[in-house]
Amino acid sequence: MPHDIPLKSATLTPREVPHTVSPGLWTLAWRRLKTDYVGTVSLAIVAIFVALMILSGFGLIASDWSKETGVNYAPPSFLGADYEGGTPAAPAEPAAAPPTASEYKSQIVDPIGDVIAQLKAGKAPSEVPAAPAEEEKSVDPLADIMAEIRGGKGAKKEATAPIEERKATLPLGGDKWGRDVLKKTIKGSETSIFVGIASAIVATFLGTAFGALAGYYGRWVDDVFNWFYSVFSSIPYLLLVLAVAAVLQQKGILTIILILGLTGWTGTFRLLRAEYLKHKAREYVQAADALGASNVRRMFMHIFPNVSHVVLVQMSILVVAFIKSEVILSFLGFGVPVDVVSWGSMLNEAQNELILGKWWQLAAAGTAMAILVTAFALFTDALRDALDPKLKGRLGS
Amino acid sequence: MSAYIIRRVWQMIPTMLGVVLLVFILFNTVGGDPAYVLAGKISSQEQIDNIRRQIGVDQPYYVQLGIFVKQIVTADFGASWSTNERVSNILATRLGPSLTVLVPLLVISTLIAIALALAVAYVRGSLTDRMVMIVCTVGLSISILVYIIVFQYFFAYKLGWFPVQGWGDSVSENLFHYALLPILIALVVSIAPNLRLYRTFVLDEINQDYVRTARAKGVSENRIMWIHVLRNASIPIITHLMSELPGLLLGAFLIERFFSIPGIGREVILAVERSDFPVIKAITVYVAFATIVSNLLADLTYKAVDPRVQLK
Repeated sequence: MPHDIPLKSATLTPREVPHTVSPGLWTLAWRRLKTDYVGTVSLAIVAIFVALMILSGFGLIASDWSKETGVNYAPPSFLGADYEGGTPAAPAEPAAAPPTASEYKSQIVDPIGDVIAQLKAGKAPSEVPAAPAEEEKSVDPLADIMAEIRGGKGAKKEATAPIEERKATLPLGGDKWGRDVLKKTIKGSETSIFVGIASAIVATFLGTAFGALAGYYGRWVDDVFNWFYSVFSSIPYLLLVLAVAAVLQQKGILTIILILGLTGWTGTFRLLRAEYLKHKAREYVQAADALGASNVRRMFMHIFPNVSHVVLVQMSILVVAFIKSEVILSFLGFGVPVDVVSWGSMLNEAQNELILGKWWQLAAAGTAMAILVTAFALFTDALRDALDPKLKGRLGS
Repeated sequence: MSAYIIRRVWQMIPTMLGVVLLVFILFNTVGGDPAYVLAGKISSQEQIDNIRRQIGVDQPYYVQLGIFVKQIVTADFGASWSTNERVSNILATRLGPSLTVLVPLLVISTLIAIALALAVAYVRGSLTDRMVMIVCTVGLSISILVYIIVFQYFFAYKLGWFPVQGWGDSVSENLFHYALLPILIALVVSIAPNLRLYRTFVLDEINQDYVRTARAKGVSENRIMWIHVLRNASIPIITHLMSELPGLLLGAFLIERFFSIPGIGREVILAVERSDFPVIKAITVYVAFATIVSNLLADLTYKAVDPRVQLK
């Protein structure tokens, strides 16, 4: 590589002169993003979630999420204390395989059917809040109604003495074993967001590498990758994910990242291939060729910075999609292992709790996810508008 | 036209072979020896040996691949590893319930989404437009699981308007009794993304010159939107619909699972839970084939909708 040294100095010097005159793509994009109010706010929300993820990942917060700090099904603090202690479940129980919805219902619905029927009479129909509503605000006016219901229910149930040192209420309520739902939600965000980001990185890496090779080299390389693409895209995404999940017997965060990453690269590939096709004929690439830059250097040092905004937008679209997929997979029990909490596994528990009238875990996980996904989707739109104003108005799903 | 179809069918073959190869690699190579999976399910060693012989575990890979291709062509995947039901029988009986939910869903959801998209695009930029878009964005961000859990609990369990779950024998009972709430939930979930997408398709057309010309001629606004604009916007809409079609079969799998509807989607989940490889293999391959064929059908529909389209 003796060519590299003169080449570097030749490309660096002219770049530094105009830099003081006109700002680069990223500076401009950042400026546009800052003027976008919605974009800034959603970026802040995403940043908060990511900060929570990092803090919880290093064990600084919510590391004790599995501790049973409250009474079983402790209601949220803003609903007021509730006197409903139960015997703590056997520790072996959470390790059992999650039963299917139908099985669970047939077990659970009938024994408490009469209790629920009695409760129904006293319950306002608006008691179950819509998931996206802000909990504190929407629920507060109903606090007394809820307390009444709970009082009525407590009398119905066999009153066992509440275990000492366990709080009667928790900030966002407690789950079946009295674990703090707030901490679970934070810990669940850590899993879900980490899986989303990590698998998006894997998928965009694959999509970019394949797209670059196919678009840059063309000919038979392009044919091979296109064939690969049409094979992968003709199997519906979730079916492919489930099939891979069925084959890879072991569960784990790494497995689910690989499943999502290895199956989700097709969209990025298509876009990047088109970009590379377009760019490889441009003058600056021809100039690099004339200067003796190698193929790899032209692909990744010259063209890649010019298409990196497409990669970034694709990545953030994928993060949202993968978070949703992870939640569904974990809900079905094909995702994270049982000793790891994610929004999906929380929703799985919440499904059965709702029948008992314990809606707070559902609300917490559902709201956290809705806020993050909305913020991320809006941020993606803002990011795309900022990076490529020509695309404004076009939607990506 | 027929030359085009023949060429397209010819081009489909490598893709189909690729799908077969992918599924084969996934299940026969990555999946390993089925004896490990079967050991937990079937106690008799004889039966396990039988299944191993059926898929030719001891044979070289090309023989195994040959067996797999033969299974696909003859639609004979043997028996399910879990229930011992014929796989072909599983597929045939599960398709009906899935379609009972999906056909009405697809028709209603498409009609509503198109009508709303036309209406919203017509008043683009207004407060109504922005409100609808905000509601769609927020609606999209809520997990489908939350919709299903809350709707099932609220409408079926608490209010008792619909059956909580179940499936009957007669088509009309299924359609008008059991399928109502599943269809309603799927509608709520599917309209938001479709509306967002169709709105941009309509917006691409609404500023075209032909719309202005039609308006200048004195054509009524209704006619402009429903005849002129819709016909031009329908090409991307059809592409979208056709590409969604086979995915929908599975897309409803969560709903089928929650409402105990014995459809294809629920079968996939059950099969994955039970490591029932023959069922997953069969469904994956056939759904992929259906996707490839429906992509061809989409291209042919273009021609019917827009005579200017040249099929090459």
